[in-house]
Amino acid sequence: MSKTLYDKIWQSHLINEQDDGTSLIYIDRHLVHEVTSPQAFEGLRLSDRKVNSPKRTLAVADHNVPTLDRELGIKEEDSRIQVEELDKNVEEFQIPYFNMNDTRQGIVHVIGPEQGFTQPGMTIVCGDSHTATHGAFGSLAFGIGTSEVEHVLATQTLIQKKAMNMLINITGNLDKIVTSKDLILYIIGKIGTAGGTGCVIEYSGNALRDMSMESRMTICNMSIEAGARAGMIAPDDITFNYLCEKPMAPKNEDWDKAVNWWKTLPSDSGAKFDKIVDIDATKVTQTITWGTSPEEIVSIDGTVPNPDKISDEVKQNKIKRSIEYMGLTPGQKISDVEINTVFIGSCTNSRIEDIRSAAEIIKGKKVSTNVKALVVPGSGLVKKQAEEEGLDVIFKHAGFEWREPGCSMCLAMNSDKLNEGDRCASTSNRNFEGRQGKGGRTHLVSPEIAAASAITGKLTDPRNVT
Amino acid sequence: MEKFNTFKGIAAPFNILNVDTDKIIPKQFLTTIKRTGLGKHVFDEIRYKKDGSENPNFVLNQKPYDKSNILIAGDNFGCGSSREHAPWALKDFGIKCIISTSFADIFYNNSFKNGLLPIMVTKDERDALLEDAKDKENPEIEIDLENQEIRRPNGGKIKFKIDPFRKKCLLEGLDDIGLTELHENKIKSFEESRSTKLPWL
Repeated sequence: MSKTLYDKIWQSHLINEQDDGTSLIYIDRHLVHEVTSPQAFEGLRLSDRKVNSPKRTLAVADHNVPTLDRELGIKEEDSRIQVEELDKNVEEFQIPYFNMNDTRQGIVHVIGPEQGFTQPGMTIVCGDSHTATHGAFGSLAFGIGTSEVEHVLATQTLIQKKAMNMLINITGNLDKIVTSKDLILYIIGKIGTAGGTGCVIEYSGNALRDMSMESRMTICNMSIEAGARAGMIAPDDITFNYLCEKPMAPKNEDWDKAVNWWKTLPSDSGAKFDKIVDIDATKVTQTITWGTSPEEIVSIDGTVPNPDKISDEVKQNKIKRSIEYMGLTPGQKISDVEINTVFIGSCTNSRIEDIRSAAEIIKGKKVSTNVKALVVPGSGLVKKQAEEEGLDVIFKHAGFEWREPGCSMCLAMNSDKLNEGDRCASTSNRNFEGRQGKGGRTHLVSPEIAAASAITGKLTDPRNVT
Repeated sequence: MEKFNTFKGIAAPFNILNVDTDKIIPKQFLTTIKRTGLGKHVFDEIRYKKDGSENPNFVLNQKPYDKSNILIAGDNFGCGSSREHAPWALKDFGIKCIISTSFADIFYNNSFKNGLLPIMVTKDERDALLEDAKDKENPEIEIDLENQEIRRPNGGKIKFKIDPFRKKCLLEGLDDIGLTELHENKIKSFEESRSTKLPWL
């Protein structure tokens, strides 16, 4: 019988299945960070359990770490304790760890692929919803809660029920100016934040085949914003080329065996999907969010919607509330909206290609005097690569702050946060109320739009910056 | 885990679309290394005013809803971040059951691990329960998991579906890890055969 990519990975990891479909699946890779793990390790200690497979586990501190003056340590006491707790736990349970001062340290979803820890055909979990990122390699990767973190640590398995197969088929080609960030925001706008609930999404189409791994990661990363448990893209030569020299990728004859296996993973022709959505790539424009839900999107040349035109009362109230919180007016042109902060970073857009694209626009220009702008590379290695290419100099000359790697202002758990009323063009993934700081306003954008907006001080189409 | 028994409790009308886990428990409270004590921070940013005093317009600050055990919620409750701090905070506040038309997957899973029952009903049923909850004089609803039944203040009943395994775990207060360890031999042999076939894993 024809199978989807998801069916194949699911079946090859199935250890036990009960009559009602409740299944025990094997987990190949477990990424651990400081925020969602302390209670899990404490649980292991209380029940006198060990970590089942430390070598399939990789830990890093990313959510709480400072992006400035790192050598001085973490100032905030709670954050410091949480990172120290991770230091202690990885030592006690013998888990491989990139500590805060390791060059390989970075955002958990950046370092997994970068190290080749992430590979096709695997099951990958992490106590973080953006684990979907790793699906770009043709793996089944999803976020879990802390109880499940403890479960995986103890048993290297998870109790799951199989999700539905959903195909998002992208037909036609994207305009050159349109990025993978624009595409995923457009898709979320089309299907809504619950559009993928109960599903694993496979993205397919020629537009994806032409994309780099980094662009594919941006797409899979935001599957959770469409409600899906996971997002995945079938592996191909681009995937294999990306992985071949990575430190934790298979070597020599193992590599050949691995590639042969990986080539069998893509969905069979005729495989059955429970839901299929077609997206016409030619209709996708440069897309950003105007509101406080990732589905509240608008084209960069569009306007703020008018809630009076919406008949459903609950939806109308939600849009009114978003407009009020965002301090906008119905019908207002998006390109007239002034911003005072720009954040280039997060597991969505902090990789070298993102930084290069933004630098290309920034080069030789200055950040608007009203704007505070920062670049937070996704990892120490991304930072190093960018510095070798001189990109840090371009940003610093323009007036950007060039920071140390971490999650930073995406969720503002460290001191990088918006103040009440600040408005930010952010390359991150969530624009919820207060996400980047209480009372802060977030517009989710591509690195290119973030860069252009930093220069003009308004939400700006990069083509209008010359 | 504590067993989930039939209970009667105050239901709060909470008809907001897409309530995300950042809203349920904002990031400044995620630095805890404990599971307990988050109840006072649940919905922090809409529950308290800038000066730290309670926002009187927020439903869970109003009597009788300040003692709610049940939320009648808007569609797609619990979307966003995977933080289990969200069910921990709700549970610590006293919420034992959330009724909505739909839940985000990770939140839904996390709830069961903490003895918090998410119930999915139809839109019409949810809307009827919202009306029940709005009656401040009599907002009590009974939740009977064993019989998969919600009993309304007017004596009406709403049946709900639930995964049998999850139901059993809640009713008996079973620990997932303990259940999985019963499959230890199967896990071991799976791991061995996988390591032979795919040694680099």
